[in-house]
Amino acid sequence: MYLVTPDPIDLAAVMADVAHPGAGGLALFVGTTRNENEGRQVEQLEYEAYDDMATSEMAAIGAEIRRRWPVLGVAMVHRVGVVPIEEASVAIAIAAPHREEAFAACRYGIDTLKAQVPIWKKEHYADGSRWIGACHAQHGHDAQRDEDRG
Amino acid sequence: MTIRVLFFAYLRERCGAERRLEVPDGASVGAALRLLRETDPVLAEVSLRVALNRVYVDNTDPLHDNDELALIPPVSGGS
Repeated sequence: MYLVTPDPIDLAAVMADVAHPGAGGLALFVGTTRNENEGRQVEQLEYEAYDDMATSEMAAIGAEIRRRWPVLGVAMVHRVGVVPIEEASVAIAIAAPHREEAFAACRYGIDTLKAQVPIWKKEHYADGSRWIGACHAQHGHDAQRDEDRG
Repeated sequence: MTIRVLFFAYLRERCGAERRLEVPDGASVGAALRLLRETDPVLAEVSLRVALNRVYVDNTDPLHDNDELALIPPVSGGS
């Protein structure tokens, strides 16, 4: 399952998608929206995706995961549009025979997704908004910062 | 020949979501970027990756009629 969706992420469905009788473990990473970034109060987060390419890039990451680890199932889902604080914006599930490769593959999956899948986050504050990762092209707002600490 | 150019995130807010661009036959991705930067100087100020028909490419890749060229500003998916 490689999916970009405007709907809340159904974590049970993500886990069910990778369930496998040969799996001894399932690693699930869920990224949730945070109400603070670099000292600024975030009121709302919004994500935009290049949908077709985002899912194909996710599938490419999944293929690379399968080359590197003996995993039995890979699922990646990213939500787009407004995601209320505390809710899941991204979920990655890996099923594997043993936890070591499940954790490693899951970690690789989220790190690589954040670096190369064409999805963008916009933070809304009481006094404005800002696209994260953007450079100085944004009028009236901050220049790029090293924002993403996970 | 004509290609479609897609913009995302803050570039979409500045340039619009999509436009058609006339490029000379045999033009490269880099040539299209130069044309775009002439009309939108903002594109010269930002670091961009480019995707051609939904695959990341280099500036040297050749364009074809009806190609979909996406300008990808630094991504920030995740949480």
